[in-house]
Amino acid sequence: MTAQIYEERRNQIHRKGKKPFAIECDKESLAGAVSQRACVFCGSRVVLYPIADAVHLVHGPIGCAVYTWDIRGALSSGPELHRLSFSTDLREKDVIFGGEKKLHDALIELIDRYQPKAAFVYSTCIVGIIGDDLEAVCKKVAAETDIPVLPVQSEGFKGNKRAGYEAACKAMFRLVGTGDLANISRHSINILGDFNLAGEIWLIRDYFARMGVEVVANITGDGRVDDIKRAHGAALNVVQCSGATMTLAEMMKEKYSTPVIRVSYFGIEDMAESLYAVADHFQDEEMLAKAKKIVREELETLLPELKKYRAALTGKKAAIYVGGAFKAFSLVKAFRHLGMDVVMVGSQTGTKEDYRELQEITDDGTIVVDDSNPLELSSFLREKEVDIFVGGVKERPIAYKLGIAFCDHNHERKEMLAGFAGMMNFAREVYGSVMSPVWKLVPRKQSQTTQLGVSEAARIAES
Amino acid sequence: MNTDTNINNENDTHTPPPSPKSPRPVGGRGRLSRYVSTTNACKLCKPLGACLAFRGIEGTVPYLHGSQGCATYMRRYIISHFNEPIDIASSSLGEKNAIYGGGANLKQGLKNVTDKYRPKMVGIATTCLTETIGDDLNMIVHEYLKEAGETAEAPILVKVSTPSYSGTHMEGFHAAVLSAVETLCRKTLANDRVNILPGFLSPADLRYLKEVMAEFDLEATILPDISETLDGPALDEYQLIPEGGTPIEEIRTMGGAEATIEFGSTISPKESGGEYLEKTYGVENHRLTMPVGVGATDRFFALLETLSGQEIPERYVKARGRLIDSLVDGHKYIFGKRAVLYGEEDLVVGLAGFLAEIGVQPVLCASGGKSGRLREKVLEATNGLCEVDPEAYEDIDFHEIEARAAELEPDLIIGHSKGYALARKLSIPLIRVGFPIHDRVGGQRILHIGHEGAQQLFDLIANAMIQVKQDRSPVGYSYM
Repeated sequence: MTAQIYEERRNQIHRKGKKPFAIECDKESLAGAVSQRACVFCGSRVVLYPIADAVHLVHGPIGCAVYTWDIRGALSSGPELHRLSFSTDLREKDVIFGGEKKLHDALIELIDRYQPKAAFVYSTCIVGIIGDDLEAVCKKVAAETDIPVLPVQSEGFKGNKRAGYEAACKAMFRLVGTGDLANISRHSINILGDFNLAGEIWLIRDYFARMGVEVVANITGDGRVDDIKRAHGAALNVVQCSGATMTLAEMMKEKYSTPVIRVSYFGIEDMAESLYAVADHFQDEEMLAKAKKIVREELETLLPELKKYRAALTGKKAAIYVGGAFKAFSLVKAFRHLGMDVVMVGSQTGTKEDYRELQEITDDGTIVVDDSNPLELSSFLREKEVDIFVGGVKERPIAYKLGIAFCDHNHERKEMLAGFAGMMNFAREVYGSVMSPVWKLVPRKQSQTTQLGVSEAARIAES
Repeated sequence: MNTDTNINNENDTHTPPPSPKSPRPVGGRGRLSRYVSTTNACKLCKPLGACLAFRGIEGTVPYLHGSQGCATYMRRYIISHFNEPIDIASSSLGEKNAIYGGGANLKQGLKNVTDKYRPKMVGIATTCLTETIGDDLNMIVHEYLKEAGETAEAPILVKVSTPSYSGTHMEGFHAAVLSAVETLCRKTLANDRVNILPGFLSPADLRYLKEVMAEFDLEATILPDISETLDGPALDEYQLIPEGGTPIEEIRTMGGAEATIEFGSTISPKESGGEYLEKTYGVENHRLTMPVGVGATDRFFALLETLSGQEIPERYVKARGRLIDSLVDGHKYIFGKRAVLYGEEDLVVGLAGFLAEIGVQPVLCASGGKSGRLREKVLEATNGLCEVDPEAYEDIDFHEIEARAAELEPDLIIGHSKGYALARKLSIPLIRVGFPIHDRVGGQRILHIGHEGAQQLFDLIANAMIQVKQDRSPVGYSYM
């Protein structure tokens, strides 16, 4: 197994138990190692993507735009400009002579066609090299069209996805503070770091509405430009701590003194604590009582249902590999509710603190890994005899090829996994994959049954 | 292939954005409005095609010399169609590499891939970034080979220049094939083999092709061959490089083959592996339209008869007979129906020919490719069979396709998954073919070519039209 690990990456993997905790992370990916990471552009694109009434124009050759066309499950309750893929589709002559004029004309054309509330212009690798002045073109078009036109400095090579989050936050920060603050309640918040996959933010907003809390801006799920403009009027920024929108919260704290709390909407405890934390912040007994009532009511339906799944899933083993580590914390707890053990957990862009916390909440022997790759992941899955792997599209075929169940917890998914209802869906999805009879047919199980002998095989087939 | 009709779709959550207030046609061509910006492109980028082609060569790891995102995005896109792992290595260039050059990362990447994957070959494709910063791939690779020294494990390195700004995924695909041939082919003794350069076909198509060649007793080198590498069985152990792909030893002897068959009529001669083999080694190149439909398949089989000196095997005579019989049985359901086609140029040409011969009007043939030959080849393939000559547009995006399609009032759409929004908007069926199929299972199992492929396609088209009629009928007969 260890032969599958690059010498240079040895310190990015920690096995809990034997040695004191130590892990290296936040490094550039190792060349040739088939990292599961994406790029700066990807980071910016995923954060801003759900803003549904803005034009998102990718300034670059066609690839960057076409691979991000309608890929997220981020829903909108109104306009759906975010689901279109706009590009300047740079050609050889643009690369030689510069793409500024093409960018200008494309912006004018798209703004004229769709009448958006704003336009985001994403820089790509090549734009960073040919030196188009995005800032100047955006400024000119903003003056001509009278809408905000915001450059996003997301050249792919300038770091990893986290650098892209920052670039996106900086672009959004230009909008914040430009809107009207009339009629905002004292008990008001912005929701940061939820992207309304499968309608999750609507669920979260409903909980807050039931607590009497007004949501000023969704950042960015089902997002609207005008809401973001007045986000500085909210009394609190509630940040789902993926890091994707943390930079914006920090910038708002500095400029507008908006306090920040970090939450997670995945899993039972984290969801409940998120609601309590908001009530605590406002020091409002009535609000806290309402939050408790929500949690009580939701759990009354959820817990008995979960029991059924728990009975079937107890003792099964799970592996987790996600983009940001925050999701992994909640997933570890969620699996515990299902009676399952997490035997491997990793992320593309976690920090040392993230990994320290992950190894603290998992059992001895658990593998904690940073910026992994198919070689390692496949060997970990086999070594740990995992029953279900949680990840995104790039992890899915690794699991399936080996005959292991899979749960998509990435931004392409179409199932709601946040909130109490999301915990139910999560349990159903895990159950629906782990308990499928197809695993009895895959080579992994067949070879096990061959080793066990015929009578044992028959017993397994019947079970 | 699957269909969607959405006849009674009342779900309005997918309301289209406001229609163009005042479209500004730029360089208006015929009846089509053209724009400066690209909205919903009908093409992919050049390195993606190169990765797909390299994936079809035995023991090969596709490698992108660029930043990490390119490899990851392409992997995700390819995985979502094939539902198979595809490891694409990357130089993972960072900011300092963009300034000082990516040579060191490329060398380290090659070393790491060699150590862990033990490939027979690494197919190195460049990206926008490395082309623009001016990395000299030949020099870097030359240095690498010198530094690494001669070892038994050293993989063959094939290089191809694929900046996304100079073509679509198909140019990248053909460039990778050509580069593999140029790098690997040696002057060899004449042999009886036949080279097939199939272009971008599905694994099911390639399996069919192999069967056909075997039935004709022809030994074929099919390059590339993704039939196993992108459609493999469930496994007990993860294979870093899946089995299958065109054997490297076979590629080496392509120069001695009896003939080359190259599917695709829009490939530029200078990008064609077949032309290269003819010029360099005197292997006669037979360029055929992709064998989609009766006529194109007949021409392919006629050539195989000549090359093999054998008559068409009985099973294919029978398959053809059944196909013609079914076309007769179902002709009324589809006659005069109007179809919008889009996708890679060679697939569009093949489909247009098939539709024309069964009485469907391909009213709009569209591609994001830009060979300069699409219109001519579509007209050749439809050969006067259409009441009105099809409109054919290159370098087009889905926004432009949608606008023109709405005016042409089509009955069905034929193409990959990205036309679903258009099908939904017009409430007409989408027959899924080609790549990518991202909204159905089984994209890798779609058979497009030969009599069997035509049969499956015909059944889908006819049944889609029958379903529309049935769904719209106030009576709803179960007996059509």
